[in-house]
Formats: sequence, structure tokens, C-alpha cells
Amino acid sequence: MSLAFSETAREEIELLFTRYPDKQAATLPVLRVAEREFNGIDEEVMVLVAKTMDMSPARIRGIFTFYTHFRRREWGKYLIQVCATLSCALRGCETLADYLEKKLGIEVGGTTPDGKFTLVKVECLARCGESPVMQVNDDTYPDLTPEKVDEILESLK
Amino acid sequence: MSKPFEPFLLTYDGSADFHTLKRYEEREGYVALRHVVTELEPDETTEIVVNSGLRGRGGAGFPTGRKWQFVPSADKVPGPRYLVVNADESEPGTFKDQILLDKDPHRVIEGALISAYAIGAEMVYIYIRGEMPREAVILQEAIAEARAAGHLGEGLYDTDVRVDVTVHRGAGAYICGEETALLTSIEGDRGYPKIKPPFPAVKGLFGQPTIINNVETLANVPHIISRGADWYRSMGTDQSPGSKIFCLSGHMKNPGLYERPLGTGLLTLLEDESLGGGPWKDLPFKAVIPGGSSVPVLTADELDVNMDFESLQAAGSMLGSGGVIAMDESVDMMESLYNLSRFYHHESCGQCTPCREGSGWVERILHRFHENRGREEDLQLLLDIADQMAGKTICPLADALVMPVQSHVTKFKEDFLKHVGGEIPRIVPPSSWAVG
Repeated sequence: MSLAFSETAREEIELLFTRYPDKQAATLPVLRVAEREFNGIDEEVMVLVAKTMDMSPARIRGIFTFYTHFRRREWGKYLIQVCATLSCALRGCETLADYLEKKLGIEVGGTTPDGKFTLVKVECLARCGESPVMQVNDDTYPDLTPEKVDEILESLK
Repeated sequence: MSKPFEPFLLTYDGSADFHTLKRYEEREGYVALRHVVTELEPDETTEIVVNSGLRGRGGAGFPTGRKWQFVPSADKVPGPRYLVVNADESEPGTFKDQILLDKDPHRVIEGALISAYAIGAEMVYIYIRGEMPREAVILQEAIAEARAAGHLGEGLYDTDVRVDVTVHRGAGAYICGEETALLTSIEGDRGYPKIKPPFPAVKGLFGQPTIINNVETLANVPHIISRGADWYRSMGTDQSPGSKIFCLSGHMKNPGLYERPLGTGLLTLLEDESLGGGPWKDLPFKAVIPGGSSVPVLTADELDVNMDFESLQAAGSMLGSGGVIAMDESVDMMESLYNLSRFYHHESCGQCTPCREGSGWVERILHRFHENRGREEDLQLLLDIADQMAGKTICPLADALVMPVQSHVTKFKEDFLKHVGGEIPRIVPPSSWAVG
């Protein structure tokens, strides 16, 4: 197996183990380190995480797949998450999603051919007072208008 | 009360360094913590919070101080205690904790440290939503600042008290806001809720006594310690003292966060020019969900109610998290329920059959309505399914869908019947979003 954590990541993981009385509790934090280290998680990364955690790959896979927010390796460079729950629906998230679909030339769930953008609809992002809202990787963009969306897409290199 | 209410939780002034320790110390930061650690016993600290009448702001409204008292004594249950901050804010319509974490992280941390001292915990875990990565960094920085300044760590303020804080990020599962699921998630597993009892206060994180408090709840605690229980009780109602951060979203002119005393009128929140400002397009309100998406919806005729735990209960709904979602007359309540059913189906953890299957059935039936293929008998079917889900699962997620189903179907029957027979054209919202 060729995949390995870098020295700094290994140090970070060792530090995480000290924060919990039980090693397994570091599973989610270690998956976070892995998603950053390998720009997302896939089967190969899960095997490495399992080895690091002294758990079976099946166990890690079961935990990983329960949560929707870990970055997956097959995603585009930028993951665009459009909030689709009620408060945003009341203020036009459907039109935002349609707009992004047309603008990017992909359907919700798809990735642009150049691997730059993946577009998904998600449930409540807890910014209901500023809807419609989208999150691109770690940044949340509130009160969106077509002009703002154009500007944001333009700024993402 | 003659004096105008002055918010003490939402004090963010727009300055870029508001969240720093330096600025927090200018706002009496960590004075309450120092006071309890150096001058009060843990049970004296708890007593102040009990007397204040503070109730949990996460949704259930359980008295905070009484919850702390459920932690058994060390001779009954030896070993560590844990204080867990529930920062997994994800109830649709709720967005109050995010701003506290983002702008006033030290207040939350100080509240958590006071709570930890009261229950004898030496470790605090802050479980923060996966979708709040920036806020998690802000918390980490605040913790580092507090540690460097001696507000947490070993030998606090020259006593033998020690307490540490760890930020634990969630990863996109609504269910982890349920306290037992949250604990399972910290333990490194799928976020499955557990049957209560045993309650977390007796057997929680890593099998040890654990208290889980909401972010807004904890942000109240330093104020209560500094200004006293009587001050706190001078606001709000007898049963619901203090203030509440109300989250206004949907069809209002001024959606956003507003801190007001508990017991403030819902109509005031919706209509007042300095608050919601009335409906955004001057169409009358048709329905309002008063406490986050899980609580029963109110009709336009039911809006004359005060926003406190007991008044909303009497009105057949709940204060919940204080997430007020307003809908004007353009809204088709079938679509509102369809949207929510998709949410709960997606977020059901899948452990209990009534929830896993029931939420899917509800969504699929509503999908049929959405396509104008609804059947009149489906309304009863929806109510039957709701009845078979209610109270039959490990955690309240099933009930959180049951309440919208029952209230939408019984209060807005005509909106569902419009989708029976299949001749109503879909209403497409007018779009300024055309791609040029």
C-alpha cells in the first residue's frame, strides 16, 4: 500500500489521541486529517485510516458513510452546496440551484468535466435568515443574487 | 417592566476583533468564571443557575441547573465527568448558535467552563457542526487564547481546579444534535441515539456522567453568575425567565436574529418595524412555524400567542429552538410539508423501523401529491403513518416529523386536496435568475 500520512499529519493524529480516553473517539477527527491530507476520502484512504485507528476497514467504511460532510476524492475542487430546506426554499433556493445548473452546465449531483465544480443540494446550513445560501468548500455565501453568484464563481480559480 | 429591554447575548457591534480575548475581557470576560472558581463551591454555582430558572435553549426547555444536579456524587459513580457543548445547530429555521460561536466564542467557552466547574468536569467537548469549519477555527483560537491567559488548563486562578476544552467537529448528520447520538458520534461511531434511561447525566460519554448543554444556554450562564438570579428573573415570564434569541426566516421583510425577553408576542416579532417588519411582499401571513421545523405549524388565526414555553404549549405548539419560519399566502402548505418530509427522511439515522420507513413513506406519498397524483384517502393514510411513528422510536426524530405532518394535514387540508386529480398547474416562482 503506497498511501501514507505525512510526518505532520502523523504528529497531529498522535495529539488527537491524547484528547480522548478512548482511541476510537478520534475516528472523526482522524478522518478530517485524512480528507485534508489526501484532498478527500476514498476506499484507499479508508484502509489507511483503519490501519491508523486499529479498526477494520469495514468499520471505518460504516462510520464514514453515515456522515455526509466528509470530502470525497471524486468531488471537484470546489464543492458547491445549495441549502434546499424550507426557509431557503421560501426565498428561492430552487432558482439558485437551477441557475447554477445552467451556469455550470451540470445537473445537481454532477461535476464539471474539468473537475473544478461539484454541485449538490443539502439540508439546512443554519443561515436561514440570509437565504438563499450556498457553501463553497469552507465558505458560506448568504443573500445570493445572480450577480453575486457570478462574482463568486468568477473568483474561484 | 418600564425599562426598554437591552440585549445581552447579541451584543456584536460589527467590529472585526470582537471575538478576541482582549475585547472579551473589556466586556467583563472571565470575571464570572474567576468568581465561581475562587469564591464559590460547585453546588453554590449550580444553585444560582437553578434559582435563575434558566431553561435549555436547544429545544426541550429543561431547567439547566436541575439538569446539572442530576450528576451523581463521586461516591456513587466514581471517575471523570464530562461537559459537552451541543453546537450541532441544524434544526431548520434555527441559526442563533452560529453567530455566538462566530462572534462571541469566549462567552460560550466561559459558560461551558462554569458549567464544567459546577458538575466537576475536567474536560469539555464542544461538538460543532461539520458545516461550520470557520467557526471551529475561531473556537480553537479562542481556546488557545484562554489557555495562554490562564482561564483554562491546570491550577485555574491558583486553585487546584483543572479543566480543558476540545473541539470535536461533526460531519453533516442532523441526528447528532440529539444528545445521545451526539455522544455516540464523539465516541467515534455512527451517530445512533441510545435508549434513555440511563440518562447521560448518570451514564453518558465513555460511560461516565455527562451534561450536554446548548450554546445559547451556556452563553447565558456568565451573565447569570455576574448579575444574579433575580436580575435574570426580572425578564421573561415566571415559567420562562430571561431572554431568547429568536431566529426569523421566511417571508418577512427583515429576517434575522432578534434577542427579546421570553413571552414577547409572536405578532410583535413578525410585524414590528424594528423586528420582522411584516410580510415581505405585503401578502398576509398564511402560516408560521414558531420553534424550528419540528414543531406544529400555526395558522394565521393562531398567531396571537406569546413566545415562551408555556404559552406555545397551550397554543398546541412549542417554543423549541426559537426558529420562526413565516409563510405568506403564496405558499402551498403541501409543498412546505413535502420539503420538510424530505429533510426528515434524509436525516433519519435508520435505527428504528417506524422512523426509517415511516419518514420515507410520508415523503413518497407527498411526492405523489407534488405530481398532482394525490388521492383523497392519502390524507388519512398520512395521519395513520404519523400515529404509528409517534412515540415509538428511540429518539424524538420521528416525532419531529409527526408534528409537522399532523398540523399541516389537519390545518391546511384544502392545500392537499388541490393536488388530488391532477389538473392544477405547477406554480413556478417568477424568476429574476434567468441565465443570460
